[in-house]
Amino acid sequence: MTLEVRDLNFAYGPRPVLRNAGFSPLKPGHLTALIGPNASGKSTLFRAIAGLLKATGTVTLGQTDLATLSPKARLSRVCFMPQFFAANAALTVFDVVMMARKNLSGWRATSEDVDAVAEALHSARIGHLSEAYISELSGGQAQMVSVAQALIRKSDVYLFDEPTSALDLNHQLRVLSQIRSAIAKRNAVGIVALHDLNLAARFADHLILLRQGEVLAEGTPHDILRRPEIAETYGVDIYVTTGPKEDLVVHAYSHA
Amino acid sequence: MTEISNTPSVDTIVGGYRKRAVWRVALVVAAALILFATVVVDVITGPADLSFWRVAQVILNPSIATTKEEVIIWDLRLPVAMMAVVVGAMLGVAGAELQTILNNPLAEPFTLGLTAAASFGAAVAIVLGWSVVPGVGGLFVTANAFVFAMFASLLIFVTTRLRGANPETMVLMGIAMLFTFNALLAFLQYGASELQLAQLIFWQLGSLARATWPKVGICLVVLMLVLPYFLSRSWALTALRMGEDKAAALGVNVTALRLMVLAGVSLLSAVAVSFVGAIAFVGLVAPHIARMTLGEDQRGFLPLSALAGALILSGTSIASKAITPGIVYPIGMITSLIGIPFFVSLILGQRRRHWQ
Repeated sequence: MTLEVRDLNFAYGPRPVLRNAGFSPLKPGHLTALIGPNASGKSTLFRAIAGLLKATGTVTLGQTDLATLSPKARLSRVCFMPQFFAANAALTVFDVVMMARKNLSGWRATSEDVDAVAEALHSARIGHLSEAYISELSGGQAQMVSVAQALIRKSDVYLFDEPTSALDLNHQLRVLSQIRSAIAKRNAVGIVALHDLNLAARFADHLILLRQGEVLAEGTPHDILRRPEIAETYGVDIYVTTGPKEDLVVHAYSHA
Repeated sequence: MTEISNTPSVDTIVGGYRKRAVWRVALVVAAALILFATVVVDVITGPADLSFWRVAQVILNPSIATTKEEVIIWDLRLPVAMMAVVVGAMLGVAGAELQTILNNPLAEPFTLGLTAAASFGAAVAIVLGWSVVPGVGGLFVTANAFVFAMFASLLIFVTTRLRGANPETMVLMGIAMLFTFNALLAFLQYGASELQLAQLIFWQLGSLARATWPKVGICLVVLMLVLPYFLSRSWALTALRMGEDKAAALGVNVTALRLMVLAGVSLLSAVAVSFVGAIAFVGLVAPHIARMTLGEDQRGFLPLSALAGALILSGTSIASKAITPGIVYPIGMITSLIGIPFFVSLILGQRRRHWQ
């Protein structure tokens, strides 16, 4: 199912955070990266799509206008992974992934549930953390658990808010390829908010550039990264070259 | 972080979880069994010298009891023992859910000012002789305490509803309540006669001695109304411990959940405190014990908090009679005395740290 987002407007008090934010329909099975500087409205846009805040405008999934769904039904179609992860609770990693799998209903964990959670932890390579409390995790480990929590849910749309911000290089690549292949396998719509333009270029099929709540440009990484709006938006000089594997490499320099 | 080679197999992960699930059930069952034992000890302890077998006979077959035995066991000791269990469970549950919804390890009915409000209500009855609820007869101290405790939570409820129910506002409102009602209470104490003062202090120290079957019944009904609701919201409450954002993303209506749970907690603590007086500490410690042993998955955390609260109060009831034979000390005094060293040892011995 394609995801269509049109004319989203939202303000915190008098300060508009989203201004007519919308983009061309996003195809299932493709991964889109949402890029833009701090406070450009990336998290707010995700929340608006998930229905966690009341924005005007339309969000359509396939033929369904998401505004017609109950909040709970909407959140089971649109899985949103928030950026921050409070980690002071005495809950095991297994418990919190199970909670996401159970989607807040049914007391009993069936053996199917247990197997599914174990499988998810194993394939995310965090099986060794299964019985650790989330209060004991490092920031990076907590982030990987968050991704596992999101991916164990069966949804049509996945929104990841900076899923790699606390990860080392190896794990950034690993988590993003995990997300990319899950999106392709499930034929779901995936959007990842990213700060690292090289990661965006490498893993996304489509880029959306957000500035001050407005979609400034969208298109393939090849198109977007060479546009002058990028350098202008971030306030830096940007050069794009081709890497050893025919991939795009973004070089950024602050103005001298 | 660990490399692929260290990643345990799916079977190992499942095994680890299963082991903990068995441990969780075993621990809850063990706590229930220990509670049963303390209740038995509680019933056979007391100034009147009755053997365990005699007490058991009288309970199983009331017709063989002498009038004196019947009064001691059925009218005095059993209601007190049951009251300790039910009120302990109520306070344990109230504390557990306050700590959960306020995301604060110090939250309990006492911290939110509910106990202080109840004490003030009792003082209004004892010192001024005013009854807020007409027609309750001898229960007017209890009725006043209840009405004031509910009033305090209503105030917290309304302010947070107006200002958006974030946990900080709720805790700060609770602290404001605590100081306000304590100040008002001091006013009344200042003007009270010696006799009234003695009565008031006795009430504030907390006592199970006034327990009767109808009171036990009322407490049990309230617990049976609130606890199933909390249990039905287990996942949502567990999710709340991962942060509001995360819970909301999973589909929890955080504000509504906080308000509903606050209403349930208010009812539990107002009823408990109005019958037995100010008992601090149980609502604070019981959830900590549950958290340290089982973690915060509400499916284990909530039942164990209830059992731990019941155990603490039941143990206290025994201690209050055993310290000086012939004298029954007010339990409010004892809970802190026996509980605090235990609590401190738990904290210091704790391997895992939360609430940092």
